[in-house]
Amino acid sequence: MRDEDIAVVEEMECVFSRPEALTDKAFHYCPGCTHGIVHRLVAEMIDEFKLMDRTVGVCPVGCSVLMYDYFECDMIEASHGRAPAVATAVKRTDPNRFVFTYQGDGDLASIGMAETVHAAARGDRITIFFINNGIYGMTGGQMAPTTLIGQRATTSPSGRDERLTGAPIGICELLSSLKGVAYLARVPLTSPKNLKDARKHMRKAIRAQLEDKGLGLVEFLSTCPVQWKMEPIAAMKHIDENVVKVFPPGVFVDCVGDLQK
Amino acid sequence: MPETMTPTKTKASTVKSDAPPTGRKRLVKGNEALALGALAGGCECFFGYPITPQNEIPELLSGWMPKLGRVFLQAESEVASINMLYGASACGHRAMTSSSSPGISLMMEGLSYIAGAQLPCVLINVMRGGPGLGNIAPSQSDYFQACKGGGHGDYRCIVLAPWNAQEMFEFPGSAFELADRYRMPVFVLTDAVLGSMLEPATVPDLEQLPPPPKMDKPWATTGRGNRSHKNVANSLYLVPEDLTEHNERLQAGYREALREVRYDTRYLEDAEYVVAAFGISARVGYSAVNMLRKQGLKVGLFRPITLWPFPEKALAELARKVKGILTFELNCGQMVEDVRLAVNGVCPVEFYGVAGGVLPAPEDVANVVRKMMK
Amino acid sequence: MKEEVLIAGFGGQGILTMGQLMANAAMYDGLYATWFPSYGPEMRGGTANCTTVFSDEEIGSPIAAIYDTVIVMNQPSLERFGPKVRKGGLLIIDESMVPIRCHRTDVTAIYVPASPLARDAGIERAANVVLLGAFLGIKGKPSVQSVENVIRDLVGAKRPHLIEPNLKALQVGIRIAQERTSAVQA
Repeated sequence: MRDEDIAVVEEMECVFSRPEALTDKAFHYCPGCTHGIVHRLVAEMIDEFKLMDRTVGVCPVGCSVLMYDYFECDMIEASHGRAPAVATAVKRTDPNRFVFTYQGDGDLASIGMAETVHAAARGDRITIFFINNGIYGMTGGQMAPTTLIGQRATTSPSGRDERLTGAPIGICELLSSLKGVAYLARVPLTSPKNLKDARKHMRKAIRAQLEDKGLGLVEFLSTCPVQWKMEPIAAMKHIDENVVKVFPPGVFVDCVGDLQK
Repeated sequence: MPETMTPTKTKASTVKSDAPPTGRKRLVKGNEALALGALAGGCECFFGYPITPQNEIPELLSGWMPKLGRVFLQAESEVASINMLYGASACGHRAMTSSSSPGISLMMEGLSYIAGAQLPCVLINVMRGGPGLGNIAPSQSDYFQACKGGGHGDYRCIVLAPWNAQEMFEFPGSAFELADRYRMPVFVLTDAVLGSMLEPATVPDLEQLPPPPKMDKPWATTGRGNRSHKNVANSLYLVPEDLTEHNERLQAGYREALREVRYDTRYLEDAEYVVAAFGISARVGYSAVNMLRKQGLKVGLFRPITLWPFPEKALAELARKVKGILTFELNCGQMVEDVRLAVNGVCPVEFYGVAGGVLPAPEDVANVVRKMMK
Repeated sequence: MKEEVLIAGFGGQGILTMGQLMANAAMYDGLYATWFPSYGPEMRGGTANCTTVFSDEEIGSPIAAIYDTVIVMNQPSLERFGPKVRKGGLLIIDESMVPIRCHRTDVTAIYVPASPLARDAGIERAANVVLLGAFLGIKGKPSVQSVENVIRDLVGAKRPHLIEPNLKALQVGIRIAQERTSAVQA
């Protein structure tokens, strides 16, 4: 870079940049996948709350298994479904840490349901970011516990049949009865406005931990265009038109409250 | 990337069971000795799930640990327990769980991840009868599980087998030392008899316990603090060459740990026949040896203290001097495979064992030795 | 010197405590000692048994095929463990709980009316201590002094008012055993 170029750069106002909590490694996610959005949102939050030096993130098994490559904070790669147990220990051995897990629907709502429910029941001071796209992405499009009735998956080729495999599990509905949960919300990732809501929810889910209130969880209604066999825009529409009917967005638990301005 | 382990080229282990313990001599139950030993050994956090016959350990620790400012949590399952160990250990804390056979089976997946991520931790298995639900009576049928894997992948655990209350107290501390030295999981493998037996041992009172040692673990995911780089606890290596390299690194560490081999012997000077046994079997075997000695028979005892690394060199040397070795275990023949590998046909190796929770009397073992001598 | 003792009776009779008192006293005497409780379904509500071994040499097995002494506090225990006394060994029987006597002639069988004696000593529940006294009266080990100290240390820690009655029960046991052994020998 020549000196005159730098001079030009200095004159310009920076309006958008990579959050400091993200590395410069390019995401491996498929086109139209919303993991990238949530990664960025999580990183923005770490920056915003100035938590980098005391954050330990716990990654899942699933499409985001490599997320430790994308974050600048300390990370632990958990086994499938066990992130809340790992996070529980990380938090309890030093409550000054900020601990989050990032989990998909297979990880959190199927194999790791016990760990999810018990961390919530104990009110462990951890923050869970839950990616619900209703399908197993990494393993090739198998049915998830959150797959919609009638939705095709490689293990429900003629569409999910409630009589055979039950109905989709609403994690927010399920966890909302547990007293250990301090903040619980669901948000689709389908529009700038929704992303704004997502940030609001994430702030509260983080404050639930930082203010020692209890467990915080935000469920992101996410896309998987490849396994849904949809164009990215159609996938977004599918969330707004169909998924939200089964998984209504909103705040389910809020023991955090608003900050005094 | 996380720092990888380069085993330090230190001289042989300083971990000893015969270091003069501080405290007072009193009758101690094996499980209580294990719990006290864990605290004395610097255990900072315990995660576990109730299962007979080891419940005294979590029961006692649940009262003691909060008083000492340490972490105790009854997890929702053994699966969660071992993953809590994983998290705590990744953050650099001395973490322990205790369980019994079926519970340990549930932990095998997590143990593989811990081993794969090169994390230190301590597991206590107070073995009971198996397979399946089995029973709650004493057994040694988890030798294979502890020494040969149990979880998936090429990994090893150091396995310590105490045989009295004093060792039950001392071995959890040794286990922490070894785990930290080699960054690998360490088992204290014991059984329902030693767990519930009372014996005199010199143990400290709670007030005498030192605080956990402050240790420098530059690899720990503590939160970055002032560190210039991030740390990652991980066992995922998608590129085959990377995983090969990682495995070689693990194996190099395991080779270093081979020097930690420990064993105990009685009457081997002139022994013609030897009983090889560990833990409670070695106790019964020792009584049998004493009975036979009183009858003028030249019989000795060989007791592996580390089941992995297995004292194969010592046994190979012994095999050249004796007429036969009887391996006695509370199972259907597990350690005997390692004895046979070590002896390599140099002398006859026979097996006597009972599985299912029956503890044979010394006479039973002595009778088998007598038969062997004919 | 090594003594292997098996103690059996109903849960609640103080079987396990008797074994622990003995093991503790042996330790006070500077001996090696082990105490091991019984396992299995009979642990709750039914019969209870434990083994105590003490020796001046390191102890191997905490259990044995046959025992130097068996102390029984009920009939089923006599039936089950009576055969486990070695020839020439000692069988101490709580005669207030065991109506049918032992037929073995190759062992020394001592019958002690433990419950009434304990009641006379002012502590009805201390039948186990009377029997322990009987064992001491015959075997001479562990030392009476050590057993008394154990009672002071362990019983006295929580219930100091029970020290004296227990010590009295112990003495009553020692005395009756000595009387009855001399009777057997005569």
